[in-house]
Order: sequence, then C-alpha cells, then structure tokens
Amino acid sequence: MTFLLQVQAILWKDIRCELRSKQTWISMGLFALLVLVIFNFAFDLRVDNKAAIAPGVLWVAFVFASLLGLGRTIASEQEKGAMDRLMLCPVDRKAIYLAKLLGNILFIVVVEVIALPIFAALFNVPLFAGELLPIVLLGTLGIATIGTLFSAIAAATQARELLLPILVFPLIVPVVIGAVRATGALMVPSINEPPWLGLMMAFDVIFLSVSMLMFEFVIEE
Amino acid sequence: MSAPYLEIKGLKKTYNLKPILRGIDIVLDQGKCMALLGANGAGKTTLLRILACLTKPVAGTVSIGGLDIGQEAQQVRLLVGFVGHQPNLYDELTIIENLLFFGRMYSVKKARERAAALLQQVGLARRSNERVGTLSRGQLQRLSLARALLHSPRLLLLDEPDAGLDDEGIELLEELIREHAEQGGTTLFTTHNFERAVKFSDQICMLSGGRVVYKQATTGLEAGGVRMAYQEALR
Amino acid sequence: MALVKKEATIEQRAAKDGTNKQATRFPVASIILGSLSLIGMMVSVWMIFLYAPMDAIQGNPQRIFYFHVPMAWLGMLGFVIVAIGGIGYLVKKDERWDWAARASAELGAFFITLALITGSIWGRTIWGAWWTWDARLTTTLILWFIYIGYLMLRSYMGRTSASARAGAVLAIIGVIDVPIIYESVNWWRTLHPTAEVGVQGALPPSVVLTLMVSLTTFTLLYSFLMIQLYQLQRAQTKVQQLRASIE
Repeated sequence: MTFLLQVQAILWKDIRCELRSKQTWISMGLFALLVLVIFNFAFDLRVDNKAAIAPGVLWVAFVFASLLGLGRTIASEQEKGAMDRLMLCPVDRKAIYLAKLLGNILFIVVVEVIALPIFAALFNVPLFAGELLPIVLLGTLGIATIGTLFSAIAAATQARELLLPILVFPLIVPVVIGAVRATGALMVPSINEPPWLGLMMAFDVIFLSVSMLMFEFVIEE
Repeated sequence: MSAPYLEIKGLKKTYNLKPILRGIDIVLDQGKCMALLGANGAGKTTLLRILACLTKPVAGTVSIGGLDIGQEAQQVRLLVGFVGHQPNLYDELTIIENLLFFGRMYSVKKARERAAALLQQVGLARRSNERVGTLSRGQLQRLSLARALLHSPRLLLLDEPDAGLDDEGIELLEELIREHAEQGGTTLFTTHNFERAVKFSDQICMLSGGRVVYKQATTGLEAGGVRMAYQEALR
Repeated sequence: MALVKKEATIEQRAAKDGTNKQATRFPVASIILGSLSLIGMMVSVWMIFLYAPMDAIQGNPQRIFYFHVPMAWLGMLGFVIVAIGGIGYLVKKDERWDWAARASAELGAFFITLALITGSIWGRTIWGAWWTWDARLTTTLILWFIYIGYLMLRSYMGRTSASARAGAVLAIIGVIDVPIIYESVNWWRTLHPTAEVGVQGALPPSVVLTLMVSLTTFTLLYSFLMIQLYQLQRAQTKVQQLRASIE
C-alpha cells in the first residue's frame, strides 16, 4: 500500500510542478496547437489509398511527439544534474519508475486526445466503440515503458536529445508495427490478420516488468 | 557508556577512476556530535553522501545503527537526515507542500502537525503557503533543516549547515543540534569555521587528501589550537 | 546491491597476487585459437569454393551463404554475450564482466555489419535489389541499430560504473526484445511477401558440412578476437586509472 501511495505522491508532485510552471502552460498550449495544425496537413492525404498510409502517419507522429515529452519527467527531477531530492528518500525505486511512467503516458495522451478525434473523423474510424482505444493505450504503454527507462539513461549524457531516439526506436519496433497494422485492420478489415493486440500486450507486460526492475540500476549512483 | 551508532571502516571511493576517499575509519557514539573539517576537495561531501546512501563506496563498510548501508540502504535512509549543498526542495511547490510530500516519502505519521511544529521552530510558519522558489538563501537553509528533521532521524548529516545563515540562523542550528543530541540522536556535520566546530561538537575530525589526519575530543579544546593542529596535519 | 568488501580492480588483484600475472603469462589460449582459426579459414575457403556444390537455381553467388550465415550467427551470439556480460556486471560488480561485454559489442557490431553487407550483396545477385525487407535482413538491420546505440552510449558515458550499468540495461532489454522484433517483422512480412534472401528446401549433406565447417571457423576466429579485445579493454582501463592517479 505504501508503494502505491508513494507512486501517487510522486506523480501528483510532478503534475503540480508542471502545472505551476508558467513555461509549461505556454509551451504545452503552443505544442497542442501545432499538433492540431500539422495533423490536419498530415491527414490531408490526396492519394488513392490514403486509408493504407494513414495508420502509419498517425503512429509515426505519436512516436515523435512522445520523444519530445519523454525527457521531461526525469529532467524535472534533476537539480544540478543529481536526483538527490528523491534518492534520499526511502522510496522504492520501482515506485519512482511507475510514477515517471504514468507522467509520460499522461503527456502522450494529451497529444493523442488532440490528434485522434481528427483522425477518427477523417477516416471514419469509431473512436470509442470498437478497438481503437485499446490499440492506442497498448501502443502508448509500449512506447512509454521503454522510453521512461531510457530517458533516465540518456539524461546522464550530454547528447540526450539525440541519443534517446537512437536507443528507443529500434526497441519499440514491435509496438509500432503492431499498432500500425492493428489500426489499419480497423479501417480496412482483412482476413488472417495476426494477433497484433496480443503481441502488444505481451510486449507491454514483459517490458513493464523488466524496466521496473532495471530502473534502479540506472538511477542509483 | 554509549554504544557506537556510526562505524566507518576502510571506506574508499573513486570517482571517474580518481580516488577521493582512500580509507576512512571513523567511529561515532550514539548521542554524540562530530565536526568534520578539511579543505575543499578533501572528501567531506563525498563521505556524507555515502552515509546518506546517495552514492556507493568502492570498498569498506559503514554501519549506521547496526545496519549495513550496502545491504539495508532503504532502512538506513529512514534513519538519516541529510542537509547538502543543494536545498533539495521543489521550487514550484509551497513550503508546506514540500514538507507534506517528504512526509509521504518517509511515511511520517501525523505529518501535518509535525511539519507545523518544525516550521514554527525554524521561523517559517508564517510563510507556509509561499512557493519555495521565492525564499532567500537563509530561509532555504532553515527549510532544509526542517526537511531533514521531519522524519525524526537518528543520524543527522549536515554538509556546511552554517552556510547562508545569519546569526539568528546559527543560533537556531546550535539549538537544533543540541535538541537532537538530547533526544539521543547522533550528528555529523562539516564546516569551515573552527569556532563553530569546537562549540557545537564533542569530537573533531579532519580530512585531507581523502584520509583522516586528525581526531580529537573537543573538551578543553579551543579554536586556535585546532587551527594550528590543522596546519600541522596538512604538512 | 551488496557492498563490495574487496575491490575488483586491476591494482587490488595485482597487489593480492604479488605480481601482475596476466601481463607476463604466455598467451596459450590466443595462440591455440589463432592457429586453429587460420587453419580453419584455409579449410573453409577451399570447401566453400571447391568442395561445395553449385546451387542449381542461384548459381555461384549462392556461396555467399557460407559467409553470411556465420557472420549473422556471430552478430547474434555477440549480442547475447554482451547481455551476459551485462548481467554478470550487475550481479557481481566486477568490471571484468564489463570488459567482456564491451569487447563482444565491438566484435559483434563488426560481424553484424558484415552480415548486412553480405546479405545485401546476396540479395542483389538473386533479386537485383540491394535491399529487401525480409524478416531476417530487417531484424539484422534493427540489431545493427541496437549495437550502434550501445557503442554510442558507452562512448558518451565513458568508463564509469554508471556507463557499465547503462550498457548492461540496454543489452538486457535488447536481448529480450530481438526475438519479439523478429516475430513481429515476420508476421508483417507474411502479409506483404517480399523477396527473400536465403536458401530454400532441404540442404544436401555437402552443403551442410561446408556450412558447419565455416560456422566453426568463424566461431574460433571470434573467440580469438574476443581475447584480444578483452585484453585491450583491460589495458585501456588501466591507462585511465594511471592517468587519473597522476592528475
């Protein structure tokens, strides 16, 4: 129980700190606006088989947007390069990982909340009824589990903005393939489609557990 | 006779393959206070950080309250209160929010009452709802002390706690250390000020080049004598 | 994580032994492995070009197969060894595991690059295209990216324990992920069958024999090179320690 309370406390602390910083409001607002505009252009696909490309465009955009946000939760914890404030506390390092993971998911969800209605409207994909939500959630979780762990690793280096995508992209290939294909299958149902949701679920479960265990090796000095 | 609360044996630490601590042996009894002196770079901060379980040594053992920091780090963290060079507080949160957050992290019972009492003691009660980012250096230092004491630690580790404090603040610091000792708590603090080292502590220890070069009980000692011994030890 | 009661660095081990045995010891393993590799290479080359039968469909270019497969195999094996080295380091805190990990990473990256190049050349000869998105080639490419990421990370973070731990975590995640990546690419490929790079059907015994010989030779070569690179890592660490103690 203490474990969950601590996760909640850290997550709440992070959210409050972000909300209180005026910088965050302005940048998030502008970012949201940009996402709106860019997705509109991106989905304005004047090609014959736009239904085939759209899932790819959607997920590539989510992945890139996620990468922008992934560094924040760890970076906000650092004070002059050290995470002393939190590391002093007798809090389970797995709890810190979970809290940071949830924070990252929240960020990605904000982007998705803006982009998905546009996507659903333009391509006639049912947003709530049907399977779009599970695909989005499983995909987001997959990106975030790997991303949170590696943002802690990359945070220790100078070239963190460059290094993070290089480390994360290859590892999330199964999630991206699964999410793109599953979204595509929703729009254009096909027979003999492999169980993409099952793959994503397995990926998420495996890497959530492994990342949670590995996290303490990464943040402890 | 009080038993040793802090036992350090053969502690070594390297950073980036560079040796910082080259074999430290210190024993501190329960209820006692030790002042750690030494030039910048002698290893004082590193030593305190190891004791606070912020970083791991390369060799040696440390036992705090009978617990080994290698095996039982989480339990040791509960026993230790640390004040470092950074205030270790969250700028965007208010004073009370900061203390309540750390109260959660340390599972402090009746955190609100405890926080209120500590804030009263350090003179920040009236500013409870102000953001930490607006505080002055001295106020931050006081709040840092409050944060360190929040979970009633048995061992206080203070890295230059007098930095940034005015005279009133220094008096407060002395009062807090004494109170802590009266309740059976142990203290280890670093300072550059010989007068305070002699006044606040029961024992003085000097580090130079990562080694202990001088150890002395402070009864009957005066600052001048210590300064001379310091110069001697450095030679 | 346990506190190390004794240091596992070169200095401490040398101080305990009284001498620095490794530096003066006769390199028995290296010589044996080196000579076996050399002999094996000569035998392999002869077998690949003269003994093995010519493929009925693909012709002579098919012989790349005898190079490509061992190289890909070593690329995979190398990564598994990086992961094992990483796990060993996290558990034992002994930097020697990390030396093995780094050595295997450099070696594995080299072989996986060769595997990609030979695979590409092979695809070109069969299909006329320098690249096909078949499952094996694609997974090899992704593994290549993971290798490069590992080497970049280790390079950026230097020779610290934080660097070793970060590398270990990356390798462990990677080694678990690669099979999943392969499966997902495989599933994707079955929906869009593309040109495949490989040999189909049952293989005649002479082909299998040649392949086994080639595989063994390359593995011997790998072991030989591993020892050299491991010693190099050891030397580099010692140099850095000496440099740090002077400053």
